[in-house]
Amino acid sequence: MAAVAALAAALVAAALALIFFYVPSDADQGFSQRIFYIHVPVALTAYACFGWGAWKALRHLWKREPGADLESYVAIHQGVIFGSLTLITGSLWAKISWGHWWLWSESQLVLFLVLFLFYGAYFMLRYSVDPGPARANMCAVYAVFGVILIPISFLAIRLANQLIHPVVFNLDGPQMSGSMFFTFCVSLAAMLALAATLYHVELTGKRLDARLRELRELLA
Amino acid sequence: MILAITNAEAKYVAAAYGAVFLVVLLYVVIIALKLERLERELGELTERAAARPQPETERREKVPVA
Repeated sequence: MAAVAALAAALVAAALALIFFYVPSDADQGFSQRIFYIHVPVALTAYACFGWGAWKALRHLWKREPGADLESYVAIHQGVIFGSLTLITGSLWAKISWGHWWLWSESQLVLFLVLFLFYGAYFMLRYSVDPGPARANMCAVYAVFGVILIPISFLAIRLANQLIHPVVFNLDGPQMSGSMFFTFCVSLAAMLALAATLYHVELTGKRLDARLRELRELLA
Repeated sequence: MILAITNAEAKYVAAAYGAVFLVVLLYVVIIALKLERLERELGELTERAAARPQPETERREKVPVA
């Protein structure tokens, strides 16, 4: 975990240096386009966390892997954190670029909100049922169903007719200069490493909590 | 090409990066508080385990069998 944390710290520092001292400003959007280097990596990290949570849920249902339920829960928790950051940074970028905090006509925005609320409701389900195998199974099924929304949310922008939300990755590759793409890749690696670090920290804390509870029951 | 940075642009960019920093910081603080609680609970359990009476077999005085 220490190695992942050190990697995350180094990558975050490198990403910030590249964003503010290396990459040129966008010709259309100017300085505010720098929000792209945090907004898109954070959104992709949220998708990755939800995807990882669904994979772990599937492992729980399929292989009955011990601890997979807890790992799925922690991954979805991370996804919701990164999802809320996506909505915050996206709204700020929308305000400076389009003059609106939010546009209900944009499928990409609405579908991401639906995905976010769907996984937000996961916690309502989890904490409304007593702990045990039944809760683990119910939560796993819910997490697996939610993953269907990820490709829909990701592809919505490419299928939608209204294209206010910019498309920078299409079948021809990234629509940006080499320096911008390099900065974006470093930022994405930084966010993924940060998410991995937070995931391991939270998971260790949860496991420790569970073992202490067992110990308390033994000593009672 | 050098483009002028407007005050509004700088504010929004700072707000976006600041929001990410604050959320991560808040998360770390919450985890730190949780670890503090776990450490306290572990201390209490250790004390409880130490104060527990020893099992009967260990307290019994050893005597020669034959």
